[in-house]
Amino acid sequence: MIAEEFSPGLGLAGGALIGLAAAGLLLADGRIAGVSGILARSLGAARGDRLWRLAFLAGLPLGAAGTAALFGDLHGFAITPSPARLLAGGLLVGFGTWLGGGCTSGHGVCGLARGSRRSLAATLVFMATGFATVFALRHLWGGGS
Amino acid sequence: MRSLSALVCGAVFGAGLLVSGMTNPAKVLGFLDLAGRWDPTLAFVMGGALAVNAAAWAAMRRRKAPLFAPVFALPQANAIDGRLLAGSALFGVGWGLVGLCPGPALAGLLRGELPLYAFVAALVAGSWLAQLYTRRARG
Repeated sequence: MIAEEFSPGLGLAGGALIGLAAAGLLLADGRIAGVSGILARSLGAARGDRLWRLAFLAGLPLGAAGTAALFGDLHGFAITPSPARLLAGGLLVGFGTWLGGGCTSGHGVCGLARGSRRSLAATLVFMATGFATVFALRHLWGGGS
Repeated sequence: MRSLSALVCGAVFGAGLLVSGMTNPAKVLGFLDLAGRWDPTLAFVMGGALAVNAAAWAAMRRRKAPLFAPVFALPQANAIDGRLLAGSALFGVGWGLVGLCPGPALAGLLRGELPLYAFVAALVAGSWLAQLYTRRARG
């Protein structure tokens, strides 16, 4: 069954903007728009390598908030997990993306676009464990949300 | 120039996340819930992003250098090893627990939502722990 929230048009449009941003960072600065790596290396990086990272990271909330101010908060925001689940999820996302060398943007968007087999493997694995985790939480243990 | 273009790219990226709905963790969980009321939107986001970005890679291969930097700094690793697979598996579990990955988590930081700050703090701590772990494992 398909959810009524399904929004293919806005999904494609937003995806195209994400692709455009990744293209811009590549062609202007020669960098991969992988958010986990840019974040992880933003603090320890040498001076000359730090500022562009912080600028990119600052752009994320500014662009999202600016768009919401202009066009409204198109899809809303709901975060339901318990504090323990939030913290466990954050730790796993931080640990896993460093170990695996990328997240949804670095492996998923940039890696797949350049035809990297390594990124394809990573994307298939995190998609699979993401699906499995939600299946376990919602349909095996019946924990809701 | 380099930081200004990075700021603009980050802002466009954040705008794309908001327009696509990926800043809403409930919507991302709706995509990951194949057995429930499935929301396939995320697949369309990936499709749109890949189509545009693939064109950029084609353009990049015809250029010697980016506009504002001396060289293209591209990942050199190409091994599909245990570290890549284990890390990606753990990341997917965390993603499924909350419905947030790094980009959307940071893009929401101006919402003033306390759970989001807790998640980002844990994310930074997890990344730091992984850096300690990999440094120790290597040397």
